[in-house]
Amino acid sequence: MSHEKFETNVIILIIGILITISIGGLVQLVPLYTMEQTIEEVDGMRPYSPLELAGRNIYVREGCYTCHSQQVRPFRDEAERYGHYSLAAESMYDHPFQWGSKRTGPDLARVGGKYSNDWHVAHMIDPRSVVPESIMPGYPFLAEKDLGFDDAADHLGTLRVVGVPYTDDQIANAAADLAAQANGEEGDTDALLARYPKAVVGDFDGDPARVTELDAMIAYLQMLGTLVDFTTFKPEMAQR
Amino acid sequence: MAQKEHDALTGTETTGHEWDGIKELNTPLPRWWVYLLWVTVIWAVVYYVLYPSWPIGLGDYTKGVLGYSSRAELAKELEAVKQSRAGWLQRFEDSTVEEVAGDPDLLNYAMAGGRVIFADNCAPCHGSGGQGAPAYPVLADDDWIWGGTLEDILFTIRYGVRATHDETRLSEMPNFLADEIITAEEAGEVTDYVMSLTGAGVATVAGQTVFMEQCAACHGEDGKGLKELGGPNLADGIWLYGEGRDAVMAQLGNPRHGEMPAWVGRLDDVSIKQVTVYVHSLGGGQ
Repeated sequence: MSHEKFETNVIILIIGILITISIGGLVQLVPLYTMEQTIEEVDGMRPYSPLELAGRNIYVREGCYTCHSQQVRPFRDEAERYGHYSLAAESMYDHPFQWGSKRTGPDLARVGGKYSNDWHVAHMIDPRSVVPESIMPGYPFLAEKDLGFDDAADHLGTLRVVGVPYTDDQIANAAADLAAQANGEEGDTDALLARYPKAVVGDFDGDPARVTELDAMIAYLQMLGTLVDFTTFKPEMAQR
Repeated sequence: MAQKEHDALTGTETTGHEWDGIKELNTPLPRWWVYLLWVTVIWAVVYYVLYPSWPIGLGDYTKGVLGYSSRAELAKELEAVKQSRAGWLQRFEDSTVEEVAGDPDLLNYAMAGGRVIFADNCAPCHGSGGQGAPAYPVLADDDWIWGGTLEDILFTIRYGVRATHDETRLSEMPNFLADEIITAEEAGEVTDYVMSLTGAGVATVAGQTVFMEQCAACHGEDGKGLKELGGPNLADGIWLYGEGRDAVMAQLGNPRHGEMPAWVGRLDDVSIKQVTVYVHSLGGGQ
């Protein structure tokens, strides 16, 4: 078929474009849906607890991803600074994922447990109080604003629609779990930990009387990269 | 357009389109451009053969004859680094921190490594030169809460302070006012007494009595601290949670308990030894 046929017939041209783009798209996208090894099999991954999820929503709302990535790439310099490279499994419950492509600040994929809650409070309120050379803006309003969590169950339910395996039990107890994780001893933390193993429980922002947005934010930061049990992870089964 | 028409001036074929007497030339693509296109096509085929590319059936893909994997490459690279450092690492593993500090070679290596480890892991709280910050102890002076010998520092770094590790260093200043251990009046008196230890304010006998009963057990009878219990020195004018009478008194009613994470498990033992030697060298090692 000569070039002229495409150039002089708009219908044929459109069909030709559609076929070309479809092939390109399908070749790139379909394999990822069909290959079983895309997401590694690991122990320890679980969906976010309601408090962590609320923190994650604030993280997205404040645009933290514009300066912080959440993906340790498989390079020596990153492995030595941040730890084990990120696995696909670690962001399988992220909608949307926070891998990012900009590192004005450090990568946060494994920041969980690296600093104390006190440090995070001081750092979020005024980053330069603990890191004098930091250019991060302060977020003092997070400590002042109460966390609204009437809709905790709705957030879990919405994520279930897109494939996150929240159980009915988890959705029904979302608000109670959120309060238990933020208040420490006062709530039913045993039930919380049964539903969300390894959840860090406590008063995160140093203000036990209230559940603030800062509580949620720090709860989220403190769990990042801590779920996967790397003692049972077999790297030779996950070569990419 | 029955017949191909050629432009009289250039000899190039025309497209047959004509606008107001102007005819469009059908100039062919340059040869070099066409060759490059074919080179990229051939390169793609070579790539398919060498590298992982095509999905085959459900659940698998072609691995490529080179067997390339970025994760395997990283593992190899890290293993090579480990091998190249093996001699050093073994010497660190076989040595106590005292021996490291006493051996000029190891000391040199530890100082270089410790500086990098400190910058990434310790500097966020303790400052890039160990100068500390409010609520985060200075590491560059000789005022040590849990002891400033190499062994003490090693222990603190390994297991942290009030951390989640079972071996962690643990001290907890009671909430004297909320738990009604002392009255507000006694709190004022004992604060005056503590201030007088640094030469400020006037001590009363009543304040001293409260101090001996309530504080001396952890802070020492002379107020110079007990490192075994993590009771800070109150007599040297160095304050963790702020200077002045109000700040000191605040610790009686709403005591702050700073935390330091346990680094064992997060840093390997060789790194912990290196950073121990580095911290010890910052100014106040004992």
